[in-house]
Amino acid sequence: MTATLAPPVTAPATRQHEGFAGTGTLLRLALRRDRIVASIWILLFVIMAASSSSASQDLYTTLESRVRAANAVNDTPATLALYGRVFDPTSLGAVSLIKLGAMGAALVALVAIFTVVRHTRAEEEAGRLELLGAAVVGRYASLTAALLLATGTSLVLALLTGLSLMGTGLPAAGALAFGLSWAGAGIAFAAVGALAAQVTESARTARGLAAAVLAAAYLLRAAGDATGTDTSTWLSWVSPIGWAQQVRPFAGDRWWVLMYLVAFAVLVAAGAYALAARRDHGAGLLAQKPGRATASPSLSSPLALAVRLQRGSVVGWLVGMAIGGLVLGSIASQVGEFLDTDQARDMIMKLGGERGIVDAFLSAEMGILAVVVSAFGISSAMRLRSEETALRVEPILATRIGRFRWAASHVVVALAGTTLLMIAVGVFGGFAHGAASGDMGAMGRVVVAALVQLPSVWVLTGITVLVFGAAPGLVMAGWGALVAFLLLGQLGPIFELPQWAMDISPFTHTPKLPGAEFTATPLVWLTVVAAALVAAGLAAFRRRDVG
Amino acid sequence: MTTAISVSGLVKTFGRTRALDGLDLTVRTGEVHGFLGPNGSGKSTTIRVLLGLLRADAGETRLLGGDPWADATSLHRRLAYVPGDVSLWPNLSGGEVIDLLGRLRGGLDTRRRADLLERFDLDPTKKGRTYSKGNRQKVALVAALASNVELLILDEPTSGLDPLMEAVFQDCVTEERERGRTVLLSSHILAEVESLCDRVSIIRLGRTVETGTLSELRHLTRTSIAAELAAAPNGIADHPGVHDLKVDGSQVRFDVDTKELDSVLKRLTSVGVRSLTSQPPTLEELFLRHYEADMAAENGRHGGARSDQNNTGVAK
Ligand SMILES: Nc1ncnc2c1ncn2[C@@H]1O[C@H](COP(=O)(O)OP(=O)(O)OP(=O)(O)O)[C@@H](O)[C@H]1O
Ligand SMILES: [Mg+2]
Repeated sequence: MTATLAPPVTAPATRQHEGFAGTGTLLRLALRRDRIVASIWILLFVIMAASSSSASQDLYTTLESRVRAANAVNDTPATLALYGRVFDPTSLGAVSLIKLGAMGAALVALVAIFTVVRHTRAEEEAGRLELLGAAVVGRYASLTAALLLATGTSLVLALLTGLSLMGTGLPAAGALAFGLSWAGAGIAFAAVGALAAQVTESARTARGLAAAVLAAAYLLRAAGDATGTDTSTWLSWVSPIGWAQQVRPFAGDRWWVLMYLVAFAVLVAAGAYALAARRDHGAGLLAQKPGRATASPSLSSPLALAVRLQRGSVVGWLVGMAIGGLVLGSIASQVGEFLDTDQARDMIMKLGGERGIVDAFLSAEMGILAVVVSAFGISSAMRLRSEETALRVEPILATRIGRFRWAASHVVVALAGTTLLMIAVGVFGGFAHGAASGDMGAMGRVVVAALVQLPSVWVLTGITVLVFGAAPGLVMAGWGALVAFLLLGQLGPIFELPQWAMDISPFTHTPKLPGAEFTATPLVWLTVVAAALVAAGLAAFRRRDVG
Repeated sequence: MTTAISVSGLVKTFGRTRALDGLDLTVRTGEVHGFLGPNGSGKSTTIRVLLGLLRADAGETRLLGGDPWADATSLHRRLAYVPGDVSLWPNLSGGEVIDLLGRLRGGLDTRRRADLLERFDLDPTKKGRTYSKGNRQKVALVAALASNVELLILDEPTSGLDPLMEAVFQDCVTEERERGRTVLLSSHILAEVESLCDRVSIIRLGRTVETGTLSELRHLTRTSIAAELAAAPNGIADHPGVHDLKVDGSQVRFDVDTKELDSVLKRLTSVGVRSLTSQPPTLEELFLRHYEADMAAENGRHGGARSDQNNTGVAK
């Protein structure tokens, strides 16, 4: 692998630049490692934008149909919260790409976070950076290389997306603005990832922290978009994802808003550099405190160990989900005050809710939060693989603990964790909704609406466990499944996919509560599927090599 | 039962890499058995098969009278393992790891734990990542040595230990042997192997090339002889077991297989010896010979396929 590295970079003369020595080498190494993954995800986003644009153009052939679709989105708080506002209902581009604006920007941001953390903190944690750090590599080199990589790939993505949108017949300026709004979000959150990587000692925590900031940004703009009457409120203007939307591609192309994103990225990255200058290699901001000299009596089983290893992240997620529930629960009651035009009704019927705007909003939000909780389930189950590759499972399996018990303990934590999180969503969301609407009786309905999401969430945990057991090298496929289901649900209707295709996603089967009728059958089936996936994964793990 | 571990014809492949290629290994109950071989020769792979972590492709493997794959969990109650790469959980202290592993194994001798912590001078309150490499190794060692088991499987247990701790480790293993425990010790430290092991097995390219007691192996080494004779030597060159002969008038210099030493000396004295120096055989020489043969075979047979063995690094 080293053979592909360029000869050592000559050290710059001035002291100030020494910190950046080796950046070029590291960047080439990162490109070498990421070339396939990066190409795939860039391609995926480009195809997603282009195909969604051309499919929508087939759908909205007349100006009238376009305006009707746009108004349906703009008049429904649930869709406003989910996607944002169509700033120009007459614009073909704005209507076609509404579902990919904020959501696509958030996905690009997520990829940027993972990219930066992977090449900074993850490398440092694995001790590989130390190997390189001893060569002519400055203190800022890996940080700079990771930021350059994320920025570069974001810009390439922007350009290709713009070109492909032009190819589908949309105006050039809007197409470029759309691509750049994605790239802007990517660059802004690359900086957030860089900062998180300086603060925490583990890559896992860094990713979690940055993703939490991203979720907060998305929620802020959701609140801002859903509660504004004709336009977004200030809440959308304190969120980088909100800024990406406010570029308003195909609806004014406000290039200057991109400067917000760039300025944000520069500020946050400056913070990351300031921390990098002060901290020790391998350390975070907080020094490790000494631990106990002996283990507490309860730390005596693989389950106790799994709980101990994951409890920090479960608590963090619980706080996040409780806040998410509170915010959405309190917005929900305001949503009811908004108008109910024919188009909005139409949209609501499509969303599956029957009893009213509030219920449709709540059920849509529960769907979103279920996707977020699924992410926890996947990352929690992926602990199995990271413990294995870190060689920490061998000493455990060399005791009388069998593979089944060890693997099952992490699966139990993943399943129990997702359950706890959905309960938190339901209880806090229901409480806020009940308090705001003056009807505490509504709380129970919201809790049930949260809990019916669980079987779908477990299916994703099950998929991750199956891949871990059967094809451990592909364990990232758990994330792939989540993205695929998400896209299927969002884009399926645009492409008018047949029902069997939509049925692949477990989320299609979840009853749209509150509002729709409760049916137990799909929930039972989803639970059975999840259990079968877990069982198959554990059985496969018992038969394969460890390591 | 007199054999703790018996392996014959063990084969393990990873894709195109043939990591174990018909390996044989017999460890008798109660002995300390050295397990040697160049980097990448398959020591850790063998140990992982013995622990039931890897599934053998072919061959017979018995561990403490059971099958390491099928009876893994019941066998593991009776053994303790120290991995070559010790990786600790970042947020658990060393003391917690020792207790956890001990409990999972089915019990820990707390008196011995305290004793070992003191002898290894290990602070059990530090968290995983704040340990130095040697101290991480000590955590795994204390966890293994403090448990009541019949068999210890140690994969390069002293890599990273300072000489003082190396001595403590050797004392501990000696005590273990006195208690009747069996030890399989993979190591690159020949002095450690010489002072601890009853028998050793040397492997290369996934195959056993030598096995026996140290004195048997010593017998396979060569003694270096330099002598000044009364007259020019005759017949030495064709004598079996003589290598690298250099003759300069009546001066000779050569290596001889230790088992031929006696008859070669008789031949020399029949000519008349004026002075003689001999260098005793070392195990190191034996190992180097095998390890170098490994590199030669490597370059001939495998080409670049098993390139991680190229850094076998024994210069002479
Ligand atoms: N999981 C794996 N996948 C592919 N190849 C492997 C795997 N594990 C080991 N190998 C290969 O098997 C061979 C034997 O490796 P092993 O780790 O057993 O060597 P070793 O004798 O322990 O070496 P060392 O002295 O360096 O510890 C090597 O060529 C190695 O590259
Ligand atoms: Mg090894």
